[in-house]
Amino acid sequence: MQDNQKPNISSTADLRQEVAQLMVECLNLEVTADQISPDAPLYGDGLGLDSIDVLEVALVLSKRYGLQLRSDSADNQHIFSSLRSLADYIATHKTL
Amino acid sequence: MPSLPLVSHNSPDSIIAWRADGAVTLQQFLSEVSQLAALFPAGRHLLNMCSDRYRFSVGLAAAIVAGKISLLPSTYAPEVVRQIKTFAPDVFCLTDSDLCTVDLPRLRYPVMNDGPQDELAIPQIKATQHIAVVFTSGSTGTPQPHPKTWGALVGSVQAEAQRLGLGLLHNCTLIGTVPPQHMYGFESTVLMAWHSGCALNHAQPFYPADICRALAAVPAPRVLVSSPLHLRTLLAAGLLLPEITQVVSATAPLSAQLAQEIETRCNTQLIEIYGSTETGQIATRHPTQSCAWQLFPGIKLAIEGDCVRACGGHIETPIAMSDTIEPVTDKLFLLHGRIADLVNIGGKRHSLASLDHLLNNIPGVADGAFYMPDETSADHVTRLAACVVAPGMDASNLLAALREHIDPVFLPRPLLLVDALPRNSTGKLPRAALQALFQTCT
Repeated sequence: MQDNQKPNISSTADLRQEVAQLMVECLNLEVTADQISPDAPLYGDGLGLDSIDVLEVALVLSKRYGLQLRSDSADNQHIFSSLRSLADYIATHKTL
Repeated sequence: MPSLPLVSHNSPDSIIAWRADGAVTLQQFLSEVSQLAALFPAGRHLLNMCSDRYRFSVGLAAAIVAGKISLLPSTYAPEVVRQIKTFAPDVFCLTDSDLCTVDLPRLRYPVMNDGPQDELAIPQIKATQHIAVVFTSGSTGTPQPHPKTWGALVGSVQAEAQRLGLGLLHNCTLIGTVPPQHMYGFESTVLMAWHSGCALNHAQPFYPADICRALAAVPAPRVLVSSPLHLRTLLAAGLLLPEITQVVSATAPLSAQLAQEIETRCNTQLIEIYGSTETGQIATRHPTQSCAWQLFPGIKLAIEGDCVRACGGHIETPIAMSDTIEPVTDKLFLLHGRIADLVNIGGKRHSLASLDHLLNNIPGVADGAFYMPDETSADHVTRLAACVVAPGMDASNLLAALREHIDPVFLPRPLLLVDALPRNSTGKLPRAALQALFQTCT
């Protein structure tokens, strides 16, 4: 399945809330799901996630939504840039 | 003075690596090494940041042939890059990314000419040549250099290849999930391929699906060189795995349960490697058979009080180990965790004393201490926390300041702002008091 063959679907506020909640639980974050701003960076100065977190979150997301993240897909750099972009990616690619 | 060949492959058509576009022969590799060496600036030190393992290996080989020294710091945090520049003012950076922003003169990995070449001889490298300097975090905030000679590194990976039985596998490919710039990846995915007749795979797979794809992209036999973090997530993803002949793990000991699961699911043998940045690898174990570690031939452990030093074999000067080691015989030992000052997060090590030092040097911090909570599960990563007295500052200022100095995996979570640290009358901070404070605040 090629990424570029799927039309991008925007995520709903409900899906973003659910993804934020999964991240908070998976990583024991200090914030609550509704404190994660949809457009703030997840890496670095934003939520402060690093590569270990990304691997853990990807595993939880793969189980919940039936998708496998791959670092060679063209939009990989973009996927974890914010909660909104992550949730948009899930909305487009989920199979569960 | 004895010399050792750059690689042990001997036929010009031997496969030395796999790239996205297929196999790379020894002849093509040597041609690319010489093309890259011709582009190097005059500086004697380079920071090889290539994320593609094949390009890293060409950069390393070109540096060796040109008599240059590859610097391998534990992180590229801006302050560490400044310290590297102080250590070696002539350092330049070799990068294969257009997004590289490191503050050093940069050499972009070139597009290679792959036309027909004259047959090139395999370079012979003096055993005493310093080819790399690997850095540890040190205990005062300044990275500590550990120079490595060609002879010692080759000796260590030859011992490893023998332990893994790679000599018996023909045309084997090493697939690594660990970066080639980390001592373990440097030895076990690059140098060991060069000195066991194996090929290295160019990829740096990250997600479970990437690892499956990297494995499937090369022919069997395949050796997966990985870490507990990647192996645990790979198994948990439940993907169909290509045939794997051997799994190698290092950076932290695996739990017996995960080791058994890996062997069952991959239908193969799992070997763990133990070592340190200072010594390189020194021992292996087959965890489903025995929890004891077997030293490489010639390496000995010398005990002086609480301190265990490794010496002999490829170790040039005796090194005090940072783990609690219990010798069983002169060839076997047990590991009982780390010495308190050292933390290991996802295979990256840092001295706690050094982290405290960096924290207390941030302007506005009156007092502060890092705290390593007890590990809850052997195969999961436990994170550092910190308690800080810094009136008028917030956690985000402090984290931004720390980010300048340390790898993000060491950033504390949570970073608790407190009114005072529970120091005792002598000014010491007992771990139990810090633990109690941490538990009250969370």
